[in-house]
Amino acid sequence: MGKFSFLTAIFLLVFGLSYAQTDHSGHDHSGHDHSGHDHSGHDHSGHDHGDHAKDQPATIKKKTNPNVNRTKRKQNNRAGNSHDHSGHDHGSHAGHDHAHGDHGHSGAHVNACGIAGEDPSVFNAGKVAFHHISDQNIYSIGPWHLPLPCIVKTSEGWDFFSSGNFKADYHGTSHYAYKGYVLYEGSLRRIVNPSFPKDKVELHHGDIAIKVEPHPSTGKPVDVVYVCYNNTAYKADNKSTADAGLFGGGITSFYDFSITKNVAGMFIVVFFLFFMMRSVAKAYKTREGKAPSGVQSLIEPIFVFIQDEVCKPFIGHQWEKFTPFLMSLFFFILGLNLFGQIPFFGGVNASGNLAVTAILALITFLVVTFNGNVNYWQHIFWMPGLPAWVKVIITPVEIVGNFILKPATLMLRLFGNITAGHIVIVIFIGLIFIFGKNGTNPGAAYGATIASMLLTLFMMALELLVAFIQAYVFTLLTASYIGAATEEHHAH
Amino acid sequence: MEMIFLLDFSVIKPDFGLFLWTAVAFIIFWVLMAKFAFGPIKDALKSRNGDIKDALDAAAKAKEEMANLKSENEKVLAAAREERALILKEAKETKDSIVKEARETAKAEASKILESAQQEISNQKKAAMTEVKNMTGMMAIQIAEKVLRKDLSNDTEQASLVDSLVSELKLN
Repeated sequence: MGKFSFLTAIFLLVFGLSYAQTDHSGHDHSGHDHSGHDHSGHDHSGHDHGDHAKDQPATIKKKTNPNVNRTKRKQNNRAGNSHDHSGHDHGSHAGHDHAHGDHGHSGAHVNACGIAGEDPSVFNAGKVAFHHISDQNIYSIGPWHLPLPCIVKTSEGWDFFSSGNFKADYHGTSHYAYKGYVLYEGSLRRIVNPSFPKDKVELHHGDIAIKVEPHPSTGKPVDVVYVCYNNTAYKADNKSTADAGLFGGGITSFYDFSITKNVAGMFIVVFFLFFMMRSVAKAYKTREGKAPSGVQSLIEPIFVFIQDEVCKPFIGHQWEKFTPFLMSLFFFILGLNLFGQIPFFGGVNASGNLAVTAILALITFLVVTFNGNVNYWQHIFWMPGLPAWVKVIITPVEIVGNFILKPATLMLRLFGNITAGHIVIVIFIGLIFIFGKNGTNPGAAYGATIASMLLTLFMMALELLVAFIQAYVFTLLTASYIGAATEEHHAH
Repeated sequence: MEMIFLLDFSVIKPDFGLFLWTAVAFIIFWVLMAKFAFGPIKDALKSRNGDIKDALDAAAKAKEEMANLKSENEKVLAAAREERALILKEAKETKDSIVKEARETAKAEASKILESAQQEISNQKKAAMTEVKNMTGMMAIQIAEKVLRKDLSNDTEQASLVDSLVSELKLN
């Protein structure tokens, strides 16, 4: 019964927070993505005017820009990426041709290098959602950006600096370039061109913008970040990723080992859980022989549940040896899942990131593999009690199953469940802007707000359930894999 | 598909930093928790479970002992009762035998007394008879003597004399 009252308490807490969210929906959650867009559009439109005015005598680019841009856009359209440019063709043309930079409302801002970047008047829910769940080099709580340490390995050596140097704007795009790095939508990008200044240089709004280009190896259209400095467009490397170009990432000139938002969140969770569990462990000493109280009685039912329902039945007599590992796994995942659901607290989406779940699955795989006994290996490579020709078929199946499928499904299940929940919530919030036509239809926006809040509430409650279920399932499957690897004998 | 790739779906592009730091964070967490939290909690719960089991076992044992004690008490009680019954029986027997003996003794004594009394009576009777005989003899002699003395004078007189003598005799 203690478990349930705990769940109820968390449900109420989240509902409360969600109500708080309702009041600010226009400002906070979405503000981060969208009303922020509008704001910056307003704020900087004046700023842009000034810049252009300044630029005008120096270059004649401004006049040619719209044309260059339009042709480029049309090319892009032909290239098949209509998703965020369709808006351009209808709304932004007029903006550019008749009232260029009129209020910065319609159409994308065109920077000095002629890169239009994204059109802020077009709301792309998918992009907003992916931006929200992605890792970042800054920790944003509401309007505040907490700087995080950047640790970067390049061919020239290691770079250590703070992401505070970038003075990121609301979107996490930097106002400054530092040591040849910029921040675009919260993530670190390196400018490969050695002629780009290595010291701290100021950039203007719109100087960092994306252009859609075919990927050098796959030829698929991908977003490429360009930094416009001194009227020259410098290409910025992609984020450093380990996907070998499979998912649009690729080999980059730098490797980002920074303490990112997810890493910081992970350490926060680790420290929080450590101190909480430590106090619980101490309570068992000081209150020895007494009934549990306080946090102890919160943790004990969960602990006992995992111990008695997962460790003991699946592992058998060796359960004690693996209990600390399974508990660590469960509480680590649960902690990250729950931490990722706290609204307005940075939106740390660690357990919804493939790298995190991959490492957890890998560690699980290593624990299983190193604890596998003779039986386990025999069952993989030469299953006893079968005719030889069946063994020849079974062995590859067992190898693939044990070495690839088990870790891969562990990795993907957790990642998929957590990511899906987050995306659905952001999309539900995004409904407000889709129905409200990005602020031009307030009536529909109000209606959509009510519907969206109800859906979001439901989704958050569901996500809370999923947080527990996925932590439980990951632990349960790990326990069953360990159990299978350490089982003593079989009855054949 | 292209749409998906176009959107910067960064969560499926694992980055090296996150690999490294996740491994670091989780392994630190695992080591610390195993040593300072989950290990001790597991042991504490185990020992507490052991304590509870021991306490329950002890209670069950105490109950059993109590039951044993009770049955033993009953046994003792039954034995005592039996003994009491035995003692009572013995006492009764003793009493009976005593009474019987006393009765027999009394009877014997009484018959003895009776016998001796009868003996005495018969002795007395014999003595009395002897005395009566003696006395009668003496009296007969005396009467005869007196008769003899009167006879000499008168007949009538003799008869009256005998009468007076006889009446005299009656007094004794």
